[in-house]
Amino acid sequence: MRRPGWFLSAIAAGFYIFLYAPIVVIIVFSFNAARFGTVWEGFTTKWYGALLHDSAALSATKNTLQLALVSTGIATLLGSLLAFGLTRIDFPGRKIFDRVLYVPVFVPDIILATSLLLFYSLVGSFIPALELGMTTMILGHVTFQISFVAIVVRARLAGLDPALEEAARDLGAGEWKTFLHVTLPLMLPGVLAGAMLAFTLSLDDFIVSFFTSGPGSTTLPILIYSSVKRGLTPDINALATLIILISVLATISLTWLQKNKQDPHPKK
Amino acid sequence: MYLGQPLTRAGRWTRAGITSGPAALWLGIFLVLPLAAILAISFLTRGEYGGVELRFTFDSYKRLAGFGELGFDSLYPVVLGRSLALGMATAVLCLAAALPLAFFIARLSERYKGAALTLVVIPFWTNLLIRTYAWQILFSPNSWLTIAAHSLGIGTAGEALYPGMLAVLTGMVCDFLPFMVLPLYASVEKMDWTLAEAAADLGADRWRVFRHALLPQIWPGLGAGFILVFLPATGQFVIPDLLGGAKTAMLGNVIQQQFASSRDWPFGSAIAAVALLLVLVGLAIFQRKGSKHEVLP
Repeated sequence: MRRPGWFLSAIAAGFYIFLYAPIVVIIVFSFNAARFGTVWEGFTTKWYGALLHDSAALSATKNTLQLALVSTGIATLLGSLLAFGLTRIDFPGRKIFDRVLYVPVFVPDIILATSLLLFYSLVGSFIPALELGMTTMILGHVTFQISFVAIVVRARLAGLDPALEEAARDLGAGEWKTFLHVTLPLMLPGVLAGAMLAFTLSLDDFIVSFFTSGPGSTTLPILIYSSVKRGLTPDINALATLIILISVLATISLTWLQKNKQDPHPKK
Repeated sequence: MYLGQPLTRAGRWTRAGITSGPAALWLGIFLVLPLAAILAISFLTRGEYGGVELRFTFDSYKRLAGFGELGFDSLYPVVLGRSLALGMATAVLCLAAALPLAFFIARLSERYKGAALTLVVIPFWTNLLIRTYAWQILFSPNSWLTIAAHSLGIGTAGEALYPGMLAVLTGMVCDFLPFMVLPLYASVEKMDWTLAEAAADLGADRWRVFRHALLPQIWPGLGAGFILVFLPATGQFVIPDLLGGAKTAMLGNVIQQQFASSRDWPFGSAIAAVALLLVLVGLAIFQRKGSKHEVLP
């Protein structure tokens, strides 16, 4: 195969610049001394300092992490179990389940969010625990995370050699022992990848959180949105830069992790 | 068969229940029921104080189709058409951008391939809100980009390039580009280039090589990318909200309005139900084609 020519390279470079222009601009403006507006008024790091004393940003960070950790935990457990069931047990209705799984992936967030809001307000009058707040946000996040976890773990399980599990059974291991000592270690990289995907999706989610949040459960994306709507506050740029930094580091380490964790038992 | 051992009917159900049961129950309660509630409420009447009255009616759907209480009003049919058009435009522009990018990455040597792919994935993992409001800065009246655009005759001198359709479309393409590049790259990477060489040897020109030897091989990736961009783009809320105005309102914005400020739940539900139907039909067509595995992350 030929290496890319200068023409293709130039086009590609253009698109990379296009993809990164917004990210670079946020990072640059987080060091802008101007309090209002978009004019450059000199270099400063004071917005990062201001962030440490911004109680709204700190509590939003706490909420975001709490929401992401709890929902990822539940979704990873349910989604991995589901993936195991879908790949290893042949039960009627499995095909339909397979399709329903893709609904949260494709349905626009706004539809999921409004349907949950409606549901909570309808059921909420009977069940007081469903008053809008952290609980309803966690329930909502798990709902879209399950699909992503199940899809990732299922791909991993489907790619495993069934002979490994069969061999364990033939050698006298019970099904529980086979699961614990053969299937689980083999599916673990998939579970980990699924959990990381679910965690990031939760951190990034704005719309489901926005519709199902209550007083006191503001997350970082909601905080950013309301700040942008009110007119930019410069410490939001600093906050955004920190979030970008974390995303970049997470992506690079995840890519590195996957590259160095090739499947030792690929399907033949 | 289960782990290589035969299983009784009851045993199969028990195991299916233990593994898939909890997730099925969860999705039943928090996905299927709420979506069903949307559908049910879309046929009810709006209450006087923003609630819902138990009176069956098609009014919300009539209003969405343009036949409201005050005679024909094209507002909502236009929003529906605009969302579809904007979703389509986003998908087509992303495709036009992703095609050269996917070929570029596939042709790089193994050493740089990983880095080039990671560079596409990083924005995809970076918060959408952040990347969208960054365009507000890039399109502000005195940015280099805006001044350059003004000199090309785009926009009015001294004014920002947002809110407007151009800004919305730019934000959309920038956001959805990775969704198109990744499945497309997966197809291009697996491509058998000897077919192209054979076609060229047999006298095909560059266009014919692409059309008959390369394009058929990347159809699955193309389809996956298109559906991954078109469906979510049609219901996008954040980008038209931050970069557009009333003239660029899309389905997502109108749904949000009905639930937030207007408090007309039946009408909001009707719009959401139509959008949902659209997505499910698109998804069903796509799954029928059997290329769903190309979509896996």
